[in-house]
Amino acid sequence: MDFCGIFTDVRGSAVNIYIALAGLIIAAVIIVIIMNQWVGRVTLYELFKGLWVTQSTALSPKVTVQFPEENLPTSPRFRGLLALRRYPNGEERCIGCKLCEATCPALAITIETAPRDDGSRRTTRFDIDMFKCINCGLCEQSCPVDSIVLTPEQHYTVNDRGLNILTKDKLLKIGEITEDRLAKDRASIYEGDG
Amino acid sequence: MQQLIYWLMHIAFILCVVLVMVLYLILAERKIMGYMQARIGPNRVGPLGLLQTVADGIKFLHKEMIYPERADLFLFILAPMISLICAFVVWSVVPFANGWVLADIDAGVLLVLALTSLGSYGLLLGGWASNSQYAFFGAIRSMAQVISYEIAMGFSLVPVLMLSGSMNLSTIVLAQSGSLITWNFLPLFPVFIVYLIASVAETNRAPFDITEGESEIVAGYQVEYSGFIFAMFFIAEYANMIFVSTLASLFFLGGWLSPFQGIPLLDMLFSWVPSVFWLLAKVVLFLYLFIWIRATFPRYRYDKLMMIGWKICIPVSLIWIFVVSLLMLGGVL
Repeated sequence: MDFCGIFTDVRGSAVNIYIALAGLIIAAVIIVIIMNQWVGRVTLYELFKGLWVTQSTALSPKVTVQFPEENLPTSPRFRGLLALRRYPNGEERCIGCKLCEATCPALAITIETAPRDDGSRRTTRFDIDMFKCINCGLCEQSCPVDSIVLTPEQHYTVNDRGLNILTKDKLLKIGEITEDRLAKDRASIYEGDG
Repeated sequence: MQQLIYWLMHIAFILCVVLVMVLYLILAERKIMGYMQARIGPNRVGPLGLLQTVADGIKFLHKEMIYPERADLFLFILAPMISLICAFVVWSVVPFANGWVLADIDAGVLLVLALTSLGSYGLLLGGWASNSQYAFFGAIRSMAQVISYEIAMGFSLVPVLMLSGSMNLSTIVLAQSGSLITWNFLPLFPVFIVYLIASVAETNRAPFDITEGESEIVAGYQVEYSGFIFAMFFIAEYANMIFVSTLASLFFLGGWLSPFQGIPLLDMLFSWVPSVFWLLAKVVLFLYLFIWIRATFPRYRYDKLMMIGWKICIPVSLIWIFVVSLLMLGGVL
């Protein structure tokens, strides 16, 4: 173990050689660590890592939903736009009991009733203020004839002053339009997968 | 007279090409940055959103131009014009292919450096004339930054001039002909990197966009501009971006030269490709790099920006001037 006489010259003992070797190894490790950092800085390693992150994101599939063309799926229990339903023979279901008006926590419903020519009790006015309505669904729960319902329709807007009041005609019309969807949603709920 | 008409048509053609490139560069930037941020980007106006920038331009034209009450109106309107004119005039010396150049002057590089420096007067005057703190800070920052990086940029071009022995851009490109490895970027690699960094800083783009620094000084020198005078700054910025990319490909990537030059079979296969295509491809490469960098890196702190400019870029380019001159003396290059 004669390192060209470098270490044996010091004291000539073998132990010192091992101490010197250990020192050399430690120094080498430190130099390697420093060189590593230096290499990392000079080669801009971390910057390239960042560039790789953005590039791989750019190549990954996008999850954006293109709204007007695509929609997120809605629950069959979604409480959206209100509607009044009819019986299959075309007779309106509402009997003017005013339970929904009474239960509405937001006081959004206004009902006036009068006897119709055939003697049955019907509403002459059925207004829902969509600004007040909170889509809680209590009216649907309270209705004894399943007339007022919350449809799954969620995309509706009010473009003009006054259009926020949904009148009886409009509500019945909405009911006609959404009847099929409503039936489908209800079927899926009763089957237990809703 | 005929010569004049020819020049005018040439100028109009170059302007059209640059403006169309600016339009689609803006769209490409929005698209690419969208993709890099896991979004889709604009896709509503026209097929795939290709008319988005046109729609934006029309919107800018319709918008009211607001002049600050205490602004120096003359300078306020002059500033974007200076920016825009300088961004366009520099194109006159750019060779698009062998002989496709409007002004084949021998001091092309000098003209380019002078005009890009002049263009920053637009930012300075705009910031000063707006009479607003944010605009003023933006202008100060922009001046300090542009001056610092102008030096690095100028020095990084010196080895290129030494190697080609000319300041004519066409000659510089032709001096690189041979094959891919005789392009300047290989023997001048450190200088190439310095040039890229300096050109990002020169065009005030992220991560060196402290002049507009949205989070600190809103939009810097542009803060008081609206309507079409803002659009002029915007167009100038993007035209400059394309220009520095073109310069980078002319100086370091062999301009219009085909990358397959000197390779026996491929050279034959690609000989039908017009040489302007190769220039375009290289420019697009650099533009993508710029957008990529913008989408990736956060803005540098002001002092760090200055430190990179003065303590790294300038010394590296200076040292490489000496290295290149030694190599040339030794006959290696």
